[in-house]
Amino acid sequence: MTAVLATDRAAGGVVAQGRRARARRHRTVLVVLVLAVVAVAVVALCVGQRSYAPSEVLRVLLGEQVPGASFNVGVLRAPRVLTGILVGVAFGMGGVVFQTMLRNPLASPDIIGVSAGSSAAAVVAITMFGLSGAALSVVAVVAGLVVAATIYALSWRSGVQGARLVLIGIAVGAMLDSVIGYAMTRAGIYDANEALRWLTGSLNSAFWPGVGPLAAALAVLVPTLLVLARRLPALQLGDDAAAGLGVSPDRSRLALLLVAVAVIAVATAATGPIAFVAFLSGPIAHRLVRGTGALLVPAALVGALLVLVADLVGQHLLVHRFPVGVVTGVLGAPYLLWLLARTNRSGGSL
Amino acid sequence: MTLTATAGTPGAPLGVRPASLRRRRVLGMAACVVAVLLAAVASLAFGARVVGWSDVVAGVLHPDTSDIAQAAVRSRVARTLLGLLVGAALGVGGAVLQGLTRNPLADPALLGISSGASLAVVLGIMLLGMSTLTQYVWMAFLGAALASILVYAIGSLGREGATPLKLALAGAATTAALGSGVSMVLLSRTDVLDTFRFWQVGSLGRASFAEIAQVLPFLAVGAVLAVGCARGMDAIALGDDVAVGLGQRVGLIRAVGGAAAVLLCGTAVAVAGPIGFVGLVIPHLARTFTGPSHRWLLPASAALGAALLLAADVVGRVVARPQEIEVGIVTAVLGAPVFIAIIRRHKVAAL
Repeated sequence: MTAVLATDRAAGGVVAQGRRARARRHRTVLVVLVLAVVAVAVVALCVGQRSYAPSEVLRVLLGEQVPGASFNVGVLRAPRVLTGILVGVAFGMGGVVFQTMLRNPLASPDIIGVSAGSSAAAVVAITMFGLSGAALSVVAVVAGLVVAATIYALSWRSGVQGARLVLIGIAVGAMLDSVIGYAMTRAGIYDANEALRWLTGSLNSAFWPGVGPLAAALAVLVPTLLVLARRLPALQLGDDAAAGLGVSPDRSRLALLLVAVAVIAVATAATGPIAFVAFLSGPIAHRLVRGTGALLVPAALVGALLVLVADLVGQHLLVHRFPVGVVTGVLGAPYLLWLLARTNRSGGSL
Repeated sequence: MTLTATAGTPGAPLGVRPASLRRRRVLGMAACVVAVLLAAVASLAFGARVVGWSDVVAGVLHPDTSDIAQAAVRSRVARTLLGLLVGAALGVGGAVLQGLTRNPLADPALLGISSGASLAVVLGIMLLGMSTLTQYVWMAFLGAALASILVYAIGSLGREGATPLKLALAGAATTAALGSGVSMVLLSRTDVLDTFRFWQVGSLGRASFAEIAQVLPFLAVGAVLAVGCARGMDAIALGDDVAVGLGQRVGLIRAVGGAAAVLLCGTAVAVAGPIGFVGLVIPHLARTFTGPSHRWLLPASAALGAALLLAADVVGRVVARPQEIEVGIVTAVLGAPVFIAIIRRHKVAAL
């Protein structure tokens, strides 16, 4: 009897040890990611056509007037970096919610047509109605929500199954792509170029007036998503198990989807859909953290890091200045194909 | 997988007596031919310029006319012919893809084949300064072949083989990946963008007899190859093991059929741009009266595809007069709902 108890306790000790080790790793990863985001942000503020020392940048950020630097850093680079971090957080978090909930790393909003809703509405608004600024953002957010709701409603047949949702999302996305194509052919070449930049995602139009609304919207949506995401582990066990644990699968899924779509749509309205950030952040965060812990915060940090690094590369390291979305797209494509191959082979989920 | 294949042929006349099945097939084919003729006449008669019926007849019969209405009709002849060819190619290509992959959702645009062709054409325009159709066609083939091999290879990894969900996701993801390559080229070269954005939506508007003569050999070879594997694909529908047991060389059929699909879809994409959903929807419509036998399904898909593509082109010409809506946009808007209906009809487990 005592022997059995002793082995039990020993086993319990091993489990607890493992849990502690995972928690430690989780914390370490978070700290490293935060430091990396800060470091890249500082580099992005310092480096440019005219570079400044970190001390000068710090003085600008503290509100001092520094000739030249106040404009270059304070007016041009600071809102760009801030917008990059905010949309990176939004794409990373929204994407990982989709991937975890639909139990498929490929089911990210940029692949299943949710981002396409915002893009299509924005391109139509730019090329046909000449909208810009706040009105454009509102249109893009509303369209993203409407399209997501449509996809959800179409895949409803006594409950929603992940696979059906993904397939219908792909179909709706294909239809929206043709709407985008139509709007592009009707546009003047200048508008078409503008719309294409917007379609691939770019930080070129990030200035202070846009940062406030973006930050305010995310300040509401991100905490909501974090609270709702506590139900994700139960949902991952399957619908029946979730119901047994007292989590209503359909209602939880709908709430999570709505908030995640809103987060994605707000970010898309600010910068356009930066390719693959929503898709890549979750899997990268998963590999960094390893455990089964909550992926939302690490994925958000990875997203911010991806956007900042890709924007730096696109602005300074290539012969031609490319918008950030093109860089993430080209960097992300090989990883995407590798991930596809790996996931299919193991037959598993994220 | 056998069950999936059966479930994947909605309206397949299972249990229908042979005699009545035969009558249904013959009647269905006759209806298809009538539909093609009607669509062709409509395509000649309707367009941005309103013309009388006598002008239609005169325009077709007298090539060297100076009357502007008759000249308008004349310019529609090449477009109509090209529409027939591209529609038939997409219909047959879609049927072959669905047969080979045993997948009710196979479609050149959704499986990333069109985007492979797009990227190859853009790279050809930019890097090699290509400007003629023959060059586009070869580049499009190359891109289509590479993309389809890639998508199929990725989608078929894993224990269950190439399930529709895995193939569709692999196709969508590959499309996204290739699409960002296309954007990278286009953003740095405004001149390429200006040419490409019109090619990208899929249009029959620039048809000419010279183009048709250039693509005809490719389409003919593709069609012959497709018909050649019809029997083999019937066997594959029963599952690979059964097909081998029936004495079919499954690997050979897959290779030849794949070449046929790439030839047909690649040519269609090269000459008309990526036109989605025709290859997906047409085989499903055709199966409602032919059943799963490919010897009937392929010709029926060719006829229906030609009729549908021309009809879509006519719709695009008429609804926004005097402007035109490109046929690729019309087919996407009409085809996506059908795709969604197919998904909703099937149990996801069967998909």
